[in-house]
Amino acid sequence: MRKVEQQQGVEVGVSPEAGRRRFVQGAGSAAIAASLAGWSAGAWAQAKLTVGVIYVGPRDDYGYNQAQAQAAAALKKMPGLRVVEQERVPETTDVQKAMASMIVQDGATLLFPTSFGYFDPHMLRMAEKFPKVRFAHCGGMWTQGKHPMNTGSYFGYIDECQYLNGILAGHASKTKKIGFIAAKPIPQVLRNCNAFLLGARSVDPKITCQLIVTGDWSLPVKEAEAVNSMADQGVDVITCHVDSPKVVVETAEKRGIFSCGYHANQSALAPKGYLSGAEWNWLTVYEQHVKDALSGAPFRNFVRGGLKEGFVRMSPYGRAVGEAARKQAEATRATMMKGDFIIFRGGLKDNTGKEVIAAGKGLIQTDPVLESMNYLVEGVIGKV
Amino acid sequence: MAASRLRMSPGLEALVIPTGALAAALVLFGVFVLLLGHSPIEVYRLIWEGGFASSFAWQNTLSRAAPLILAALCVALPARAGLMVIGGEGALVLGGLSAAVIGHAMAGLWPLGVQLAMAAGAVVMGGLWVMAAGALRQYRGINETLSSLLLTYIAIALFNHLVEGPLRDPASLNKPSTAPIGEASMIGTLPGMDVHWGLAFGVVCCLALHLLVERTPWGFALRIVGGNARAARLAGLPVARLMLAACFLGGGAAGLAGMVEVAAVHGSANASLMAGYGYAGILVAFIARQNALAIVPVSILLGGLAASGGMLQRRLDLPDATVLVLQGMAFLLILASETLYGRLRARPRAEATA
Repeated sequence: MRKVEQQQGVEVGVSPEAGRRRFVQGAGSAAIAASLAGWSAGAWAQAKLTVGVIYVGPRDDYGYNQAQAQAAAALKKMPGLRVVEQERVPETTDVQKAMASMIVQDGATLLFPTSFGYFDPHMLRMAEKFPKVRFAHCGGMWTQGKHPMNTGSYFGYIDECQYLNGILAGHASKTKKIGFIAAKPIPQVLRNCNAFLLGARSVDPKITCQLIVTGDWSLPVKEAEAVNSMADQGVDVITCHVDSPKVVVETAEKRGIFSCGYHANQSALAPKGYLSGAEWNWLTVYEQHVKDALSGAPFRNFVRGGLKEGFVRMSPYGRAVGEAARKQAEATRATMMKGDFIIFRGGLKDNTGKEVIAAGKGLIQTDPVLESMNYLVEGVIGKV
Repeated sequence: MAASRLRMSPGLEALVIPTGALAAALVLFGVFVLLLGHSPIEVYRLIWEGGFASSFAWQNTLSRAAPLILAALCVALPARAGLMVIGGEGALVLGGLSAAVIGHAMAGLWPLGVQLAMAAGAVVMGGLWVMAAGALRQYRGINETLSSLLLTYIAIALFNHLVEGPLRDPASLNKPSTAPIGEASMIGTLPGMDVHWGLAFGVVCCLALHLLVERTPWGFALRIVGGNARAARLAGLPVARLMLAACFLGGGAAGLAGMVEVAAVHGSANASLMAGYGYAGILVAFIARQNALAIVPVSILLGGLAASGGMLQRRLDLPDATVLVLQGMAFLLILASETLYGRLRARPRAEATA
C-alpha cells in the first residue's frame, strides 16, 4: 500500500514535470485576471499531437491498468506530445463523454480507450462522430469491413509468457499441482490458463492445474479465498488472469507458495515466491501509433504481436528460479523470439477427452481460431 | 418589520442552505488542492469549464445525470413510506436484463411497441424485486435496508448466471452479453443534443411522482404511513398496500433506468450495466432529502462534478480520487447543513422579541 501511495505522490506532486506544469499554472493564474480563456488556449496549442488514454480502473493497480499507464507515462517523454489521461471510467456513456471531452476540449486526435468493454458500442459510436480521430482499442476484435477505418484494435500473445510461466511453475512445483485464478471463462482467459498448464507439462506431463473462476475482473476477497483454498489443497504455484493480481500474489506469498505474475511486474509484492510474470509492453504499440499519427501514415487497424514483436515480456526471474528452470525457459523463449514456437500443437485434447486440435495440425499464434478458444486442455481441473 | 424581512421562508431556506454548503465545500476543496500544489482558482475554473461552461459541458453533465435521476427515485419513494431501501442496483440490472430479453424476442416489430414492451417489462421486474424487500419487511419483519442490499447481490449473481449462461449470445466472445435488441429498437438521443432520452424519462417520472406524493390523497396517505405507520393503521389506512406500492414504484423507476441503459446505450445486457448507478442513487436521494423534485438538480450537480472531474484529471494530472474528495466534502457538508433548517429563521425572530 505504501508503495502505491509513494507512486501517487510522485505523480501528483514531486515529479519535475508536474513541477513545471505547476509553475506554468501559477503564472497562468496570475494572468487569469487579464485573460481567462487566453491562457489555456495558449498553453494547449504548443503540442504537435495530443494523445488521450482512458483506463477502467486506477492507474496504480499493479495490473491491467498499470501496464497501460506505464506506456502512457513513457509517451509523455516524447517531444511535441501531450498526453491526457482519465482513470476509473466505467463502460457506460461516461466513457463516450470522456472520449468526446478529450477530442473537443483537449484537441486529442489519437485515443487509447484501453478497456475491452469500451469497444462496442462506445468507441464505435464516437468513431462515427469524430471520423478524423484515431481510436486504438486494446483487445477488441476489429474486423475489416465491419468496423470504421479510424478504429482499430491491438493485443498481444501473452499466452507465450504464460507458457514460460508454466515452465518455471513446472520446475518449482513439488506437489505437481499448480493453480490458475480466472475472472471469467472467456477465450482470452482460457488461452492463458491452457498455455500455463502446457508449459508446466513440458516439464512434467503429470502436472495438473486447478482452475478457479471468481466471476468478475476485480473481486479481491474472492481472489484471496481462491488462493487460500488452493494452498489448502496442496497447490504450490499460482498464477491468475484478473485485473489486479496484487491480492493473488500477496496472498500466495503469505501462504508460502510460489506465484507467477500477470499484466505488470508484481515482484515487489512477493520477494520470496515470485518466479516471473507475464507482462504487457504496450509502449511498443503506443509508439507505433504515435509515429503514424505524427507522420500522417495510415492508421494500423489490426495490430498483434508477441514476445518477438516486443508486445509482451517476462518479469526478471525471481530468487526461487533454479538453474534447470532458467535454462529451459530461456531455450523456449529463444524459439519463440524466432517466431516458430507452437504452443497449441496437433493432437491436443480437452479435459473431457475430446480432441480439439487434430493430430499434425498445430495452430500458430496468429491463427484467429485461437481467439475463440472455449475449452480447457487435458489436465486442467475445472469447467468452462 | 425588520424581523419579518430577516425571516427566511422554507422555500428560500431550501435553496440557500444547500447552496451555502456547496460553496463551503468548494472553499475547503480549494484549500485541499492548494496543499497538493495547485492553484484553487485554476481548479475552480476547470470545474466550471468541465461541467457547466459550454453546451458541450452541459451535455456531458446531463448525460451523466440521466441514470442517477431514475435510480434515486428507487430510494426516495419507499422513503416517503418510511422504508429505507438501498437495493436499487439489483432492480436496475434485472430491469435491464428483462428489457434486453423482451427487446430481442420482439426484434423487427414496430419499434415504439417494442420499446414500450421493454419499458413495461423492466418496470414490472424492477418493481417486483424491490417490492419483495417491502413484503419481507411487512409480513416477516425483516429489516428492508439489509434485505434490499442482499437482494441486490442475488440479483447480480442471477444476472451474471443468465448472461454468461443460458441467455448468452454465442457471438459475444470476450464480453458475455445477451443477444442484441437490434438498432431499430434503440431509443435515440434528445433532439439537438447528445444526451439520451433517459434524461427526459427521469425528469417526467420525478414530476409525476412528485405530484402523486405531494398533491393527491394517495400521496397524503403514503406520507402518513411514512410519518407513523401505527397511527396510519389506526386511522384505517391500508398500510401494507401503500408500502408495497411505494416499493413497486421505486423499483420500477430503477428498472426503467436499466431499460434505458440497454435501449439507449448498450444494445444488450452485459456486465457494463453494473456501473453502480443504483448505489449513486442512494446518495442523490439523501441529498435531495427524499424529495422527488429535488432529485433532478442534485443529479445534475453530481453529473457536473463527474464531468468536471474528468477535466481535472486531464488538465492537472490529478488522480480520480481527488474528485471523490470534492464529492465527499460537498455531500458531507450538505448533509450536515440539514441541522440548519428552521434555525436560520428562529434566531432573528428571537432577537426581534428580545
